[in-house]
Amino acid sequence: MSAREAFRVAMQALIANRLRSALTTLGVLIGVMSVVLLVAIGQGARSEITGAIEGLGSNLLFVLPGDGDFGGGPRRSSFVLDDVERIDRELLGGGTRVAGYTIGSEVLQAEGERLTATVLAVTAGYPAVLSRELARGQGLTESDVVTARRVAVLGATTAETLFPGQDPIGRTMAIGGVRYRVVGVLARVGGGGSPFGPDQDRNVLVPITSGQRLFGTDRLDAIFVRATATQTVEADRAVVRRVLAQRLDAEEFSVISQDEIIGVVGDILQILTLVLAAIAGISLLVGGVGVSNIMLVSVSERTREIGLRKALGARTRDITRQFLLEAIVLTGIGGAIGLALGIAGAQLVAALAPVPAEVTGWSIALALGVSVAVGLVFGVLPARRAGQLDPVAALRRD
Amino acid sequence: MSGGVAADASALLLEAIDVVRTYRLGRDVEVPALRGVSFQVDHGDYVAIVGSSGSGKSTLLNLLGVLDRPTSGQVRYDGRDVRELPDAELARLRNQRIGFVFQSFHLLPRLTAVDNVILPLVYRPGTKRERRERAEAALAAVGLADRMAHRPGELSGGQQQRVAIARALVTEPALVLADEPTGNLDTTTGEDIMALLESIQAEQDTALVVITHEPEIAHRAARTIVLRDGVIADGSSP
Ligand SMILES: Nc1ncnc2c1ncn2[C@@H]1O[C@H](COP(=O)(O)OP(=O)(O)OP(=O)(O)O)[C@@H](O)[C@H]1O
Ligand SMILES: [Mg+2]
Repeated sequence: MSAREAFRVAMQALIANRLRSALTTLGVLIGVMSVVLLVAIGQGARSEITGAIEGLGSNLLFVLPGDGDFGGGPRRSSFVLDDVERIDRELLGGGTRVAGYTIGSEVLQAEGERLTATVLAVTAGYPAVLSRELARGQGLTESDVVTARRVAVLGATTAETLFPGQDPIGRTMAIGGVRYRVVGVLARVGGGGSPFGPDQDRNVLVPITSGQRLFGTDRLDAIFVRATATQTVEADRAVVRRVLAQRLDAEEFSVISQDEIIGVVGDILQILTLVLAAIAGISLLVGGVGVSNIMLVSVSERTREIGLRKALGARTRDITRQFLLEAIVLTGIGGAIGLALGIAGAQLVAALAPVPAEVTGWSIALALGVSVAVGLVFGVLPARRAGQLDPVAALRRD
Repeated sequence: MSGGVAADASALLLEAIDVVRTYRLGRDVEVPALRGVSFQVDHGDYVAIVGSSGSGKSTLLNLLGVLDRPTSGQVRYDGRDVRELPDAELARLRNQRIGFVFQSFHLLPRLTAVDNVILPLVYRPGTKRERRERAEAALAAVGLADRMAHRPGELSGGQQQRVAIARALVTEPALVLADEPTGNLDTTTGEDIMALLESIQAEQDTALVVITHEPEIAHRAARTIVLRDGVIADGSSP
């Protein structure tokens, strides 16, 4: 029997059992749809987060407490403000290239408006080093830091929430119950509060010294260094290591480049994506078992037909191929529709939810390949059973 | 008698030599359905097989139709022992040399008459158009030119058996095997069907082996083989 003929026969059989075929297809369809959709969400999260890290500017070094083994949980920081100054003295050229911060969460209040926000107690160089731009007013100065002045620069959302419809510059507000004067507002970063990171616009910057007083600490949570070029990142890393090693043990700090963080975070999210794909794959597997099941029913129902076809000259191979093709058509159709729905679903999610979704080529190829493979794998058993039926016994069946 | 015509051709079509077929039921129960049957069918022959129920008629016909292989002994087609042929070769033999007509017609209910007749042609080379033309010609030859697009459920029993005969003939086989072809039909319709089979046997020089319970049919055959308990009790030519 020619392939075309076999395909026609398979289609006829599927159409003859429309409802059953549709329901069987549904299992595969849902499986493929969930693979495409979940992988799209995973990939979307990955590019969003790595994009956010890249958005901090380029050639950054992050100096973090601990030996860089995140498995140990959060470490108490040993950094102090003097470390920032000593690193700054050793680094050559490029203006302000070192910044540090201590981070906390406080209740902000202004004229009856209340907001809980991230408070970043920063050195004066923080906005420059981390590419934060000022929208209005002024930034924090060295003198603000030296004198521990109680002045604040608001994130865009913070400003709108605390001072709706007003100019916040020059107004006073309370941070954790302490009075501060607003001197500036940061430009909006955008992106909103995705489930994958804090809202960059819902924060407030204060001088590191006054912030440390507020939090009751003399430590810094992190130090940031911007290299002047990609080629000098490693030289700067060496400088930072040397300076910090004068005062701290090697386990007390680690210097990680932006690329390393993007790499690690990217890897983690890639694994997350694969886990999602695997979970969705299970539903595809269940769909495949459904196909197998229905094909066995179909073989058993059509035993007489198989016997007849053999009597008329069909070889074992012809029969096997006919049923295999039927299974593949079943799963192929499910795969195609599932793919279309998965892509549509991903676009819907991207449009409606804060979760980004990105349909990738490999998930499409995977979904289609797997659905056809599912047809093959789960069709083989019933198809072989059909092919090997004894024609005499098959013809006698009623 | 039409059998006489075949004698001129006198070429041997198939030969059963001491054929034994034993069915196994479970581990150690053996049912001997055929216990050593030998006979020959020539090209254009007309053989009736009779015998009481359970005597092994269908078993023998299945062996002649190479749907089954003997437990021992030989079925030889064109001098070749069927037992030595691979499955694909048997399929080819059935497709090219043999036409089956069954008591219960065995038409596929979702196919039209013409598509049912096309079925055996699907397993050989050819274009869709050629197949259709041959199937239509075969249906016309059995008097169903005006029933091409009917499905089996829309045809009478006699018409269904005519479709089945058209399906057996469309491949121009050397041998038609019919297992009680009139068993599900009333007497008059049965006679029409037998007349049709006999005319084909006579006109197309096709060998016809028919299992029957009806003595009148057996009398019309060139030879009658009487089976009793798996052996030939009487294999005489008339
Ligand atoms: N698949 C089988 N398994 C076991 N025994 C079988 C099988 N097929 C046939 N038999 C036995 O073989 C013997 C011959 O059966 P067969 O069908 O050839 O008889 P028959 O002459 O065609 O009978 P009928 O006129 O009723 O059709 C019977 O005893 C039957 O029970
Ligand atoms: Mg019988």
